[in-house]
Amino acid sequence: MQSETKAHMEQLTSPAGHPVTVLRFEGDIASTSKDAVLGTYQALPKATVRSVLLDFSKVDYINSSGIALVIQMLIEASNSDQKVYAFGLSPHFTKVFTMVGITKYAGLFATQAEALAAL
Amino acid sequence: MTAIKSTSVEVRLPSQLGYEKVAMSTAAAVAKLMGFREDRVEDLKTAVAEACINAMEHGNRLNERLSVGVVLSAGVDALEVKVIDDGKGLKGLPPKPDMDRKMHGEEDPRGMGMFLIQALVDEAEWVAGANGKSSYVRLVIRLDTEAE
Repeated sequence: MQSETKAHMEQLTSPAGHPVTVLRFEGDIASTSKDAVLGTYQALPKATVRSVLLDFSKVDYINSSGIALVIQMLIEASNSDQKVYAFGLSPHFTKVFTMVGITKYAGLFATQAEALAAL
Repeated sequence: MTAIKSTSVEVRLPSQLGYEKVAMSTAAAVAKLMGFREDRVEDLKTAVAEACINAMEHGNRLNERLSVGVVLSAGVDALEVKVIDDGKGLKGLPPKPDMDRKMHGEEDPRGMGMFLIQALVDEAEWVAGANGKSSYVRLVIRLDTEAE
């Protein structure tokens, strides 16, 4: 019933010249998304990846189990001295992420261009 | 408590994760018919989804032989949603989630559903059913006429 979560990784460089690893998600982010969300993140080389940018622009539905997966990713990133940013959340999910306190640990941006410009 | 003279819509869901989206869509359709703003419809969708997920997981323990009832009652100035399961109901509300504690491993990353429900609707109450079943959560979201 839940639409499968798709994830793919892309390497970009910010205008300031910093390498940024973009994880692009598509579909629902829910309890069934563990492999797509955490698995994709955990496959990144921790020694070299410093900035991770999450693209939610093709995600329609995120529930509390999905938010918990994002928080687990933030915990692992924090333990690896990585910075996590996100863009493409709808106004509603931007509000939800802010309400639960995620914005303290992950910068939220409206667009990829705004996110990259800030990195 | 909000007294509601209402028109009702009922949905019955299997206790299978994912089917909360049927209740979300139904609640959104009713709210739009009532004239709720788009941002309030989104708040309602998330609150209803979380209530249904709690009912499936904790109330019915994902037993697919048990269903979750969703009753939407559209009043003049408010929409009431009851999400009913076959569980015993809550013994108490969990504490508000603390992101700092989660980040430091002192709190489970999960457990935000009830917080989201309470934060996104105007009223939320959890009622334990008599005889240890038919417990429900009752949500109310009001039409904000001043901001319309």
